[in-house]
Amino acid sequence: MKSIKPQMLASAIGAAISISAANAAGISGDTVKIGVLADMGGVYADICGAGCVTAVEMAVEDFGGSVLGKPIEIVSADDQNKADVGAAIARKWLDTEDVDAITGLVASSVTGAVTEITKEKGKLALISTSASHAFTTKACSPYNAHWTYNVVALANGTVKPMVQSGKKKWFFITADYAFGHALEGVASKVVAENGGEVVGTARAPLGTTDFSSFVLQAQSSGADVVALANAGSDFVNSLQSAVEFGLTETTDVAGLLVFTPNAQALDPEVAGGMRLTTGFYWDLDDQTRAWSKRFKERHGSIPAMGQAGAYSMTTHYLNAIKEAGTDEAEAVMAVMKQNKPNDFFARNAYLRADGRMVHDMYQVRIKNGSERSNPDDIFEVEKVIPGEEAFGPMLDQCNFVASK
Amino acid sequence: MASLLDINLFGLFGQLLVGLINGSFYALLSLGLAIIFGLLKIINFAHGALYMLGAFLAWMALQYFGINYWVAIIVVPIIVAAIGILIERILLRPISNEDHLYSLLLTFGVGLIFQGVFTHIFGSSGLSYKIPPELKGGFKLPFMYLPTYRGWIIFVSLLVCGLTWYMIEKTKLGAYLRAGTEDPKLMQAFGINVPLIVTLTFGFGVGLAGLAGVLAAPIYSVSPYMGSNLLIVVFAIVVIGGMGSIGGAIITGLIMGILEGLTKYFYPEASTTIIFVVMVIVLLIKPAGLFGKEN
Repeated sequence: MKSIKPQMLASAIGAAISISAANAAGISGDTVKIGVLADMGGVYADICGAGCVTAVEMAVEDFGGSVLGKPIEIVSADDQNKADVGAAIARKWLDTEDVDAITGLVASSVTGAVTEITKEKGKLALISTSASHAFTTKACSPYNAHWTYNVVALANGTVKPMVQSGKKKWFFITADYAFGHALEGVASKVVAENGGEVVGTARAPLGTTDFSSFVLQAQSSGADVVALANAGSDFVNSLQSAVEFGLTETTDVAGLLVFTPNAQALDPEVAGGMRLTTGFYWDLDDQTRAWSKRFKERHGSIPAMGQAGAYSMTTHYLNAIKEAGTDEAEAVMAVMKQNKPNDFFARNAYLRADGRMVHDMYQVRIKNGSERSNPDDIFEVEKVIPGEEAFGPMLDQCNFVASK
Repeated sequence: MASLLDINLFGLFGQLLVGLINGSFYALLSLGLAIIFGLLKIINFAHGALYMLGAFLAWMALQYFGINYWVAIIVVPIIVAAIGILIERILLRPISNEDHLYSLLLTFGVGLIFQGVFTHIFGSSGLSYKIPPELKGGFKLPFMYLPTYRGWIIFVSLLVCGLTWYMIEKTKLGAYLRAGTEDPKLMQAFGINVPLIVTLTFGFGVGLAGLAGVLAAPIYSVSPYMGSNLLIVVFAIVVIGGMGSIGGAIITGLIMGILEGLTKYFYPEASTTIIFVVMVIVLLIKPAGLFGKEN
């Protein structure tokens, strides 16, 4: 971490003086402090991790490093994909380090624990990479902003067109924890709504190495589509087994949540041709290419969607502080919801009353080996899915919106 | 529930075969652990990391030096064994007279360091390694499609397990080995270089992990975490088989693979738990393990 000692000392003194005035107008603690909480060295490190820190740093630098004349500071920590670890860090940040907003936020379990705390303390949770839609429905909070994507958008983007094209029978291979269940639940609903049926599911424990048994079950189920409601190495391993056992020759296999690092990790012969939904792709147009090039120069790889999302939401957050004239959470959130984010990432975007950021999503196809001009050239964008189609209407499940 | 009885037999055969494939893989990994524990009394928690290292070395050999699978499957286990020998000589030797817990903690730390270094260099998403062209495709069995490569895994694993068991239990070299660990002083008095035997045994056990890594590279994501996911299961298998029992590790590996396969069929949610349930039951009824000798 960068050490700017006089400033840190100053901010520490400032924090000590201003605790009683923390909710008054202006900048609490005389500094705007953003905490990046993510899995830094575990299975999800590549999809947010240090890349999210880089993205937030870029956003702060591009913003000029200060807002309303006060410096912007970034702290980061490793939640190890553990809800209790993430919660302890969040509590420490908010209680003793005067952090104003927590971003990053990857594993849905960690995000669930952290958003409870931010709600209790009245600070913002800017969710970049989590998938569950709970944070803007049954576990919503006036302090949540959920950016990049969620399970609803994945199901609407990937599952719906396939069912509508006549693939009616679905089999799910699901990661057996909160995220997988949420994804399977939402996707099954989309299947049923469009006249399809779910012919079977297999709930595979997180971190299963060998998926061949589940692939055989899927094979004998007579399904038209086998959907992989999992992520990371579970996705890679299950898809590899599906190809190896010849499942892909007779049946469509749909990856419901695929991040660019996972797609890059797969042999084009295995993954080529698969369609999926993403919230961002670096090679969309000049704007995305320009930002992604800068990101790659600093971080070493192309941005995953949550990393681009982290930049976008940090920028929107800082703009809102500037306009609100304070870093007080509710005032800032009001401006964030009132003003539309618009940058290389957020297209036709707005932050809905329940905290869901609605923006264009993309249906992409993983390129075959012969179509790729370089190792980063992995997706072909086939269709832009308008935000409202992807994220669907706001559900009547969020208590603070309903009470308004 | 009505379908429970008329489960199609073909489906069941498929699951049994898949279980056998995984079982032979478990057998190979637990064999290495069992040798190291049985003969050297070292609880090698770096085994998973060395398995991961085997897969990564195979990938690096192909990527950076164009060395194909067939060369890698011979060379990589030797390199991993050499690294194991260095670990034994430099790190484990100085604490060889201490309590077993010291070697457990040391190897655990070494494993974490390997995992951390590889995450730092290669990231956490994993890499892909192609199935060698000679082993592509598969056979249409009446009840399932068997990929050739999976057949190859059974063949190599059982062959290596069988040869190792034979070497240790039935040959003169194996007798030296067993005697050397039983009573090192007496063996040394007979003019046998016991420290050398210890080092080579450790290298051999670790080399088996490297071999398993090369075998796994084409079918599983080559990632820094591939070992830590498997290690605990493999340890449970060694405990069930009886700590240190060579034949026990092999047979238990196969049985547990099949049991896990069946669990994945009937109640997939429990598939990562079933082996530990068996472990608890075995420990309660026969604390030395199924094939272990009670002391």
